[in-house]
Amino acid sequence: MWSHMRHPGAPASAVNGRQGGWALVLLVWVSLLIPLNALAPPNPARAEAGPASPDLEERVREVASELRCVVCQNLSVADSPSDLAKEMRNLVRELLQQGKTPEEIQAYFVSRYGDFVLLAPPKRGFNLLVWGLPFVALLVGAGGVYLVARRWTERGQQAAPSLDPAYAERVRRELKEREGSAGS
Amino acid sequence: MISTLGGFVLFLALGVTLYAAAASVFGARQGREDWLASSRNAVLAHFCLVTLAIFLLEYALITSDFSLRYVANNSTRESLTRYKIAGLWGSLEGSILLWEWLQSLFAALVVARYSDRGPSGCRQLMPYVQAVLQGISAFFLLLMAFAVNPFARIFPIPPDGRGLNPLLEVTDMLIHPLLLYLGYVGFSVPYAFAMAALITGRPTEEWLRITRRWTVVAWLFLTGGIFYGGWWSYRTLGWGGYWAWDPVENASFMPWLTATAFIHSVMIQERKRMLRVWNLVLVTLTFSLVIFGTFLTRSGILGSVHAFADGPVGVMFLAFLALVLLFSFGLVAYRSDQLKGHGELDSIVSRESAFLLNNLVLVGICFTVFLGTIFPLLSEALRGTKISVGTPYFNKVSVPLGMALLFLMGVGPLIAWGRASLNNLKRNFLKPSLAAVAGTAILYALGVHQAEVLAAFAFCFFVIGTIVFEFVVATRTRAKTMGEGFLTAFATLLLKSRRRYGGLIVHLGVVIAIIGIAVSSVYKVEREQTLKSGESLTIGRYSVRFDGLAAGERPTHILVWANLVAFKDGKPVHELMPGQRFYPNQQSPFASVDARYHWNEDLYVILSTFERDGSSATIKVIINPMISWIWIGGGVILLGVIVAVLPERRLALLTMRAKAQVA
Amino acid sequence: MSWKKALIPLACVPVIVLLAYGFRTDPRAIPSPLVRKAAPGFRIAVFDGGNLSLEGLKGKPVVLNFWASWCYPACYEEAPLLESTWRKYKDQGLMVVGVDIQDKEANAREFMRRFNFTFPNGPDPGSKISIDYGVYGVPETFFIDQQGRIIYKHVGALTPELMEEQVRTLLKGT
Repeated sequence: MWSHMRHPGAPASAVNGRQGGWALVLLVWVSLLIPLNALAPPNPARAEAGPASPDLEERVREVASELRCVVCQNLSVADSPSDLAKEMRNLVRELLQQGKTPEEIQAYFVSRYGDFVLLAPPKRGFNLLVWGLPFVALLVGAGGVYLVARRWTERGQQAAPSLDPAYAERVRRELKEREGSAGS
Repeated sequence: MISTLGGFVLFLALGVTLYAAAASVFGARQGREDWLASSRNAVLAHFCLVTLAIFLLEYALITSDFSLRYVANNSTRESLTRYKIAGLWGSLEGSILLWEWLQSLFAALVVARYSDRGPSGCRQLMPYVQAVLQGISAFFLLLMAFAVNPFARIFPIPPDGRGLNPLLEVTDMLIHPLLLYLGYVGFSVPYAFAMAALITGRPTEEWLRITRRWTVVAWLFLTGGIFYGGWWSYRTLGWGGYWAWDPVENASFMPWLTATAFIHSVMIQERKRMLRVWNLVLVTLTFSLVIFGTFLTRSGILGSVHAFADGPVGVMFLAFLALVLLFSFGLVAYRSDQLKGHGELDSIVSRESAFLLNNLVLVGICFTVFLGTIFPLLSEALRGTKISVGTPYFNKVSVPLGMALLFLMGVGPLIAWGRASLNNLKRNFLKPSLAAVAGTAILYALGVHQAEVLAAFAFCFFVIGTIVFEFVVATRTRAKTMGEGFLTAFATLLLKSRRRYGGLIVHLGVVIAIIGIAVSSVYKVEREQTLKSGESLTIGRYSVRFDGLAAGERPTHILVWANLVAFKDGKPVHELMPGQRFYPNQQSPFASVDARYHWNEDLYVILSTFERDGSSATIKVIINPMISWIWIGGGVILLGVIVAVLPERRLALLTMRAKAQVA
Repeated sequence: MSWKKALIPLACVPVIVLLAYGFRTDPRAIPSPLVRKAAPGFRIAVFDGGNLSLEGLKGKPVVLNFWASWCYPACYEEAPLLESTWRKYKDQGLMVVGVDIQDKEANAREFMRRFNFTFPNGPDPGSKISIDYGVYGVPETFFIDQQGRIIYKHVGALTPELMEEQVRTLLKGT
């Protein structure tokens, strides 16, 4: 039979807690759902429509949030309250209205300020290191964790003598008989 | 006078510190109790001297003694007293003194608490613990003695000081840096114990037990400092956000990640004596990252809002960081053979594995943040080109990892130590999983269709479900078997298994904060528009009308503000006055944000630009749904930690008294 | 201790070295990708009247300076140098043009009056020209040769030596 480690307060039986548990969980959900009602309508727009076309502001925000405000520390052009950032947002809006794509707009700013103006490094060449290394490291780490866990498990199973199957069967049978007689 | 006296006190403290370190090592090696006693006294004397130095500097600040350069740079005659006091940590020199004072205080506390009491193994470690702590203090004192003397004079004596940066003359300045420093300095104690354990070659679990509370309390302060910093940034800086992945923000986040990993994996070492080397690595990393963070702030090699760099300080910090890394990891490598664990597991699916994964994810996030923070430097060094690594990068990489962590938070506490049986897993996972599915379905029906939001909420519901069910079921069981009322059973349960239930409350707080972060980022709505007097801006269910500009003189600055009226569903609900503060010796104005903070959403207004004649103004309105949940989550975390670290004896007394009253 | 173990502490060394390198860099400086490329065209409405465009200056070397009246002290330090350079070299064909950014006209005129600017200056409404030139602060100065190529960009106040050197290069031709 499996060994089952108990913690203080571990459920002796889950049956009694069921109703109370559900009630509390429902309470938690309700309290979460109320504020969700305050959310914008089903298609949440990040920026509201203005005198311009409905999703222009949204597109301006999207493009601007990938550009770095060059006079601030680490803020995006979308977030920065500085004057230059505001002018840059206006410029982005104009370029979008002229029909330029976000890539073209980014390319324009890069041609003027260098790659520095992009808030995330472009995914090519040397920069692939910064995009790729975290995942590589994670995979390597996961592999390490697996190896360690397996080594521990092997040690654990070596330490515990395996049960003779016939004996185990007999134990199970006898336990079942006892449970059956206890129930009646 | 104060200048000379202060300088002398610091030099004296340096001497005492070095003596204390040397005496404790000598006394330990020679087995001489008299030297050990002398070193303990020296530690206390060191604390007294640095306290005296603090008093002197504060006295100079409060009396506006501008003959000291530091006082002239960080306060003015008209500043309120509390900001004069806060001027102590307003810039470089004073902040080093404050750090050193906390370091000396903690060293004294450690001496007072553990020297004559505590297990014998502890007594063997103590001299080396002291030596390490005094060594750290020695570095900071050296810094002040030779590079950044807070008591330096200025000549000619200016009639008035320059004052604190106006951004810092707020109540938050009284709290945020202190919280962070308490956390940072707090981690030096477990580090010192770890080094002592390595030096003496006693790789036992003793030092873990002794330092457990220190680590958790230091973690609490660091968590509090980070949350508070975000809250301060949000309310004051005027860009509507709370975290910019700024290098110095990252530098406070990284030790938090490794410290969290450490708090979890020590539970494995305590129970099963495994992961010894790994835990030593984690605590060393945590302390090193703390020093790294301080180095970043004070060296100016990476631009940051927080940086206040000066002179040779950066080089000295880097040298100290190098020393710490080489010394600590050298020791670990040297002792690694003696530290090999004998870990055993019954099955791969077990809480130990869940904790290993927890560590993997946390250290993975830390590695990513570190890589992203120094990558611009790396790119410039190797390629000569300047690039930026900012929010889009960090979000893209850390969000999936955060989700994995969320999942582990739900799963971890449910899996048994050693081996988890299938029945056990099924029973424990079934209801929370059902809860998660049901909750997500309801959300979908309500109109939430983004995959990331649904996934995040599914995990959150799962975790909340596991926590709530655990509490309820355990309380009910206890109430039934002990015949206690529900509330009494709940309270006794909390008090009896403080670590477990405190930990669960902390998890709950983290989930609440994550919900706040997720919802406020995805569903944030903003609108910027130039309005003439009488015009309105519409955003969501609100409409904000601009009623004109006004200006007024304040004691330290001129305030220009816009009078706005916010209407919700057509009804006027708020009057808002976002503005800009113009200070005499600052080139650009500082934003004065106005907002209404509710538990379900924030209405946040900024005045961007305006015409001098008051005819028009550009305002930016942001609606942040559920962002308050982040701060609420922080509060719940605080609650959970308090439950987890309540001291045993006092509690037993309380419960005994309570029982006696009931009887 | 085997060499494998020594690897652990030694692994920290590259990081330390990288951080040390950081002392040599300036995190605020942004190298311009426009150097040695064609200067972006611009058109300004000169304060004294009329328009001025880069195209109209073709064939002439240009010192293009971005300033503002609120830029203290750097713009105030280099303003006399700009004016004196203009007066000294205008007969040799050099053109000095000033672009005033994010400023109020009254303040700009006062600034120009104070330093007796006789070379053409104009505002940059919407900061379009500034963005087009990758300007991120004031003052910044671009040295453009007769072929319309930017040969050098300087950030911060100009020194007389630097100005002399660049102007000589410009006037030498090609």
